[in-house]
Amino acid sequence: MAVIKLQRPKLNFGEKIYFGALIKGFFLTMTHAVKSLRGKSAGADSLASSGLGVTMQFPEQRWDEHLPEYYRGAPTLVTDEQGRERCVSCQLCEFICPPKAIKITPGEIPSDDPWAKVEKRPKEFDIDMIRCIYCGMCEEVCPEQAIFLRKDYLITGLKRADMVHDKDKLYQIGGVRTGLVNKWNELK
Amino acid sequence: MPDLIQIAIILVKIVALTFLVVLPLVPISVYFERRFSAVIQDRVGPNRVGIPLSLFGFKKDFHFFGLIQPMADGLKLFLKEDFTPAHVRKTFYWLAPVLTVAPALITVCVIPFGSPITIFGHTEKLVIADLDIGPLFVFAVSSLTVYGITLAGWSSNSKFPFIGGVRSTAQMISYEIALGLSIIPVLMFFGELNLGKIVQYQADNGWLLLPLWKNGHFSLPDPQTALFWIPAAISFVIFTISIFAETNRMPFDLPECETELVGGYHTEYSSMKFALFFMGEYAAMVIGSALIVTLFLGGWSVGFTADKWIQGLHIGGFHFGGLIHLTAFVGKLVVFILFFILVRWTVPRFRYDQLMKLGWVIFFEAALINVFLAALILAAPHLTIAILGIGTVLLVVVTAAVIWVAKVSEESPKILRA
Amino acid sequence: MPSYLFWLFATVMLIGGAAVIAFRNPVSSALSVVTCFVGLAGLFIGLSAFFVGVIQILVYTGAVMVLFLFIIMLLDLKDEEKRAKGIAPLAAGVGLVIAFVVQLIGVLSRTPNKSAPALNQETLAAAAGHFPVGEKIATSLTAGRLPDVQLIGHTLFTQYNLPLQILGVLLLVATIGVVALSKKQAE
Repeated sequence: MAVIKLQRPKLNFGEKIYFGALIKGFFLTMTHAVKSLRGKSAGADSLASSGLGVTMQFPEQRWDEHLPEYYRGAPTLVTDEQGRERCVSCQLCEFICPPKAIKITPGEIPSDDPWAKVEKRPKEFDIDMIRCIYCGMCEEVCPEQAIFLRKDYLITGLKRADMVHDKDKLYQIGGVRTGLVNKWNELK
Repeated sequence: MPDLIQIAIILVKIVALTFLVVLPLVPISVYFERRFSAVIQDRVGPNRVGIPLSLFGFKKDFHFFGLIQPMADGLKLFLKEDFTPAHVRKTFYWLAPVLTVAPALITVCVIPFGSPITIFGHTEKLVIADLDIGPLFVFAVSSLTVYGITLAGWSSNSKFPFIGGVRSTAQMISYEIALGLSIIPVLMFFGELNLGKIVQYQADNGWLLLPLWKNGHFSLPDPQTALFWIPAAISFVIFTISIFAETNRMPFDLPECETELVGGYHTEYSSMKFALFFMGEYAAMVIGSALIVTLFLGGWSVGFTADKWIQGLHIGGFHFGGLIHLTAFVGKLVVFILFFILVRWTVPRFRYDQLMKLGWVIFFEAALINVFLAALILAAPHLTIAILGIGTVLLVVVTAAVIWVAKVSEESPKILRA
Repeated sequence: MPSYLFWLFATVMLIGGAAVIAFRNPVSSALSVVTCFVGLAGLFIGLSAFFVGVIQILVYTGAVMVLFLFIIMLLDLKDEEKRAKGIAPLAAGVGLVIAFVVQLIGVLSRTPNKSAPALNQETLAAAAGHFPVGEKIATSLTAGRLPDVQLIGHTLFTQYNLPLQILGVLLLVATIGVVALSKKQAE
């Protein structure tokens, strides 16, 4: 194994007596303090903060419009433009979910339904948001592009039961997503 | 009956000065610590906790810059579970937090908070005990805080607190020497150990570090006083830095440095016992600043020849000048506490050997030379030029010797061979 | 000093002193010594010897005993606690105490019962005549205050100047000796 011997830097007299560095340090910290108090912290604009520091003050100042496209918020289920469920309850997401937050009860689509050809849809679809780690694996594994991570990040509740998103809630957050999905193709 | 009145007056003074002036300064300095550090680091800091008026149907909460935050912190600590680990030595474990806080609060009793107040012909000094040995009393009692920390470290019966306790013991004993030696020039200059009289002298004749007036009139200091400014300034620097070490503040907070010792001597403590350590640290800081302000920066005096006029202010028989002086004192105290905080967030922590070298090799010698210098200036005012010359030569020679000794005693690192 | 304060501090001292030998744990014993010293300091202060009392706390309690405690903690003495109580050391201790008490009674019975003058305005003002007029000691004595720090300094630097210097040299020699010895061991 290579051993790298570090040579301590040779300090000159001014650096040894340390006072110069102290005063420089005081100037640095005081500049930051004064700038913060005047509401002119460096980088405050680009981070959309109040100027008192670069911190965004949350309930008043929101991050929403600064969220990047790839932001991974709460996982949701989506319907297509005709209001049909995309999920076919294959349970791949339940299988891959690292913290086992997803619980699916598969159900059959009755034969009199116009989309009986799809055969299955979820009867129950629960995501426990206390367990969810927002990894996005469910979105990646979904063969039907039915589960997406949306930009919702304020998942709060007063009870444990509130934190479990059921099917209605998931569809409510997820909304409609347009785009071609093969299984709806009549010709296939 | 007069005895009872005397006792009542003393009790009122204790309650007012300790519990209404010094103790509130502790949460205030905690608040300043958090807000000021936040501002230095481009953050916001606690600014939310206030009076939740919206709970009572008002439109807006009353934040007031989060000044209530320390109270919320205190409440949290108070309501937390007071957990005593099974492996500790119970008696000492319980005794230690008390031994840290109590001495810090006892020292309050000799600090003069303001000029005397007169009510209906009865004059009352704004100091709890007007002792003739003020600074010595403060040193003596505050040297007892080391027991709290040492016992906390030992009784926790676990390695990190123990190392913290041992470090603190060595550090505090080492710096007590520099602390004691550094104020000897100051005491020689005043010829007085009564803090109240020291402050009165400074109010009349200019602060020790700002001797710009004499007997109530602006005037340049005489040569002796002007010359004494040099040892006074050296004393001030050594004393201030030693106070930092004595109160275990950054850059000398080695007894509790998080990176090495988890939490130091209070690792095994929780809830209110931890809060007592916390309070003890900040109370020591407040007392330390009070001592510095009293000795070097004129204590309660507003300065600039305004003190006589303020002492003369009265409504009827009530001379309230002392209260204005009290405000001035607290103001100076807060400024100095802010300086403490600024230092904490500016200067990185020292290594332990650097700390010891600073205390024993540099400050000890410097304080000793400083005593000689001050004595020369005070004893032989007619030999000013000669003293300056000899003093400079002496200073250069001794400094060179000290540096040489430090260099020689510094062992060259041995090369380890496998 | 009011007599009840004397009894209070004397009791604190005695309890502390008894606890030193009663405890088996060295740390408890060290802390008992500290209690004893604090009581002693209280007695000194009660006798208007503020300086001596404060120095008692500053030097003995704040420095010497802390070093004791430091060493005890570092050594982690355990066998002291396990040791069985023998009859011989107990007897020796009791014998020593009895001898000391007998000696004390012997000395005290022969001492004439001379009470010290009260430290009031008159006696202090009368004592001011021994000091040069206009100096700090004389002025505060005539004002009825006991300037104990100045008095100690005055006594030390006028009557006992040479012994003081010799004592200083002695301490310096001891300090240098310690440094030399520890340096030799390190090598």
